[in-house]
Amino acid sequence: MFRSHRKLFLANCLFAAFAAIACIAAGAPNEPRERHFDFGKAATPAEIAGWDIDVRADGTGLPEGKGSVEEGQLIYDAKCAACHGTFGESNSYLQIAGGVGTLRSDQPIRTTGSKLNYAPTLWDYIRRAMPLTAPQSLTHDEVYALTAYVLNLNDIVAAGTVLDRESLSKIRMPNRDGFTTEHGFLRRSGKPDTANVDCMHDCAAVVRLASEIPDYARDSHGNLAEQRRDRGVVQAPPAQAAAAGTDVASSAGAGIDLARRSGCMACHNVTTAIVGPAFRDVAQRYRTENAGARAPAALARLMTKIRNGGSGAWGAVPMPAQTQLSEMDARNVVEWILAGAR
Amino acid sequence: MTITENDSPRRHRMPGRIQLAPERRDFLLRAMAMSGAALASGTALRAGAQDLSRNLPPNVPEWETKLGAPILDHPYGAPSPYEAGVKRRESPGLTRTPQSSVSFTPLQNLFGIITPSSLHFERYHGGLPEVDPSQHRLMIHGMTAHPRIFTVDEVMRFPSVSRIHFIECGANTGMEWGNVAVPTVQYTHGMISCSEWTGVLLSTLLEECGFDRKRARFVLAEGADAASLTRSVPIEMALDDAMVVYAQNGEMLRPEQGYPLRLLVPGVQGVSSVKWLRRIKVGDAPWNTREEALHYVDLMPGGIHRQYTWMQEAKSVITSPSGGQVILDRGYHEITGLAWSGRGRVRRVDVSADGGRNWRHAMLQEPVLPKALTRFRLDWNWDGGPALLQSRVIDETGYVQPTYRQLREVRGTRSIYHNNAIQTWRVAASGEVSNVQVAS
Repeated sequence: MFRSHRKLFLANCLFAAFAAIACIAAGAPNEPRERHFDFGKAATPAEIAGWDIDVRADGTGLPEGKGSVEEGQLIYDAKCAACHGTFGESNSYLQIAGGVGTLRSDQPIRTTGSKLNYAPTLWDYIRRAMPLTAPQSLTHDEVYALTAYVLNLNDIVAAGTVLDRESLSKIRMPNRDGFTTEHGFLRRSGKPDTANVDCMHDCAAVVRLASEIPDYARDSHGNLAEQRRDRGVVQAPPAQAAAAGTDVASSAGAGIDLARRSGCMACHNVTTAIVGPAFRDVAQRYRTENAGARAPAALARLMTKIRNGGSGAWGAVPMPAQTQLSEMDARNVVEWILAGAR
Repeated sequence: MTITENDSPRRHRMPGRIQLAPERRDFLLRAMAMSGAALASGTALRAGAQDLSRNLPPNVPEWETKLGAPILDHPYGAPSPYEAGVKRRESPGLTRTPQSSVSFTPLQNLFGIITPSSLHFERYHGGLPEVDPSQHRLMIHGMTAHPRIFTVDEVMRFPSVSRIHFIECGANTGMEWGNVAVPTVQYTHGMISCSEWTGVLLSTLLEECGFDRKRARFVLAEGADAASLTRSVPIEMALDDAMVVYAQNGEMLRPEQGYPLRLLVPGVQGVSSVKWLRRIKVGDAPWNTREEALHYVDLMPGGIHRQYTWMQEAKSVITSPSGGQVILDRGYHEITGLAWSGRGRVRRVDVSADGGRNWRHAMLQEPVLPKALTRFRLDWNWDGGPALLQSRVIDETGYVQPTYRQLREVRGTRSIYHNNAIQTWRVAASGEVSNVQVAS
């Protein structure tokens, strides 16, 4: 009796020991942890609807609405032409019109019209990201109209066309078949394009220079002496670096900095006219006006032009209202421009 | 072997020393004259020479003779003012607006494999948003049984992982497809950075939402920036090692890197690691978004575009000596650089000093981690003659980094993305190092 109790006791001890080991194993870092999180909250249909804005290539996700080429042109001239050009010809950004059929040539012109495979993708992008300074400000009808006009600029739809969910999804883009996923970059196990070998000695008979940095490019990125760390030489002291003052990134003052941050440089440059006039040209034009008693009026006039938009002063392309600038920011930018944009 | 040599004969080789020798002054003056600041720099140079002797033995340095600054002079810390030249830079003329642009990491100034968070390259499609974390939400929906919305704090309650991975823009080195275009490694290769990222595995979140295992093929990731940037990610990658990240190098994400939440898809081109992440949608096909149809597609000879070119293949570059630097002394120099592969670990790096004719194995610095930067080093004695420095990585799949010739034979010169060719730096007899490409 005693013996069997003793056996039972031993067996219990062994069992307990195994259980303890098992517990330790379960607590090891590699074992799954307790996975009943229940964090977050259920997303309601209304919450999802507000954010679920993506449109797929086949048009899945397009909302109700419609717009015509002609309606699109009015919106385009007011809100888009400043950056993309009156006919979508500006290549400052990805050019949006022209070049259809050139991708297979020696001089491919890559534009929205020549490159895009599915029209609903254009709708999706305009809706989510355009205009650059006021994304998601357009109504669905306006996005349909703009899409129609951009397609019209590319001769893909005729004047008078009205696009809606159904008709937009049916459009066949010129480059519909111009894409492939037959390549080695789709999967981690994909087959590479090249098969170089790890030859160690006498690998190339002749080593010939094919291209070297042109002189203009050598100096195009600021003072390289400031950008490197020499070994075995004492660094140039910071005062000297500041005296050189040519570093591209460090040359920005408060006025130009504000202009950059506010999106002004999308259409303006300090010294040369792009879509809009050069800031120094503006300063020049207002030079006489910006003096004495008339100066406050000049300041107010330019601030209004920035905040409310304007047209006619520097050519046909209107400047859209730049509502992203506060009144104080607009004042600071204008004061900087009128002071000579330096 | 022939190395084309076109040095200016008036330039002299510089002996080793730790002072501004006349030759060195000439070089600095020349550099500044080129940038139109020769006059302003004269006094600074003289002041520099004076400073140098004042604090050197046998004199006692001035900072040793006065009480230093108190603690909390910089509560968050800042680099020494003497390192002011180490910063991100843009490539002039590359983009039209600084809100839809890129800045480059100064690889020539960095050590080891971790990029300081302040120097991680930037790429914005609609500017840098200032996101209030208390009002930021991550929505996961689509083919899920339980679509959910998480606060940032709730995302941070999930089991976490910390991993070191690189992020490389698919267009890194894209300016060099046709010929040499930019002068330094900051501009040729500076759209890569490497950090320790902390977050929750995307698979954990997808499981929490009961995603449809049978039908799910892709997820769409969407940012809360002004571009509402969207990219499709294959479900295999989403379930493998993709993370929703909230911390970088020990602190919360920097705004430039997606504060407060970003996606990280290791080994895949940077645009897929969507910043300011607000939404994940589970679906059964890729979305063909604008950044998947008009950009981030590779134009091939013949006019066809490759779409969904996710992978970043093995690549390496020597960061020192590199373009724009000057080797001042003959004798010992350590050649060092970075190697990486989106398909796994770096197995080996070879270095050539004669334009790829002969190669030597470089030493790999531990740790060698998958889909992370790996630092390599090689002893080198510069004999004062011209040299063509190259590095070549071999990753754990056995893939050998290609030459420009091999790459162009398949892809031509117009594909913009995924240029991982072997980089060549020419060391001239003057010690000046410049960017070149060799024909082989």
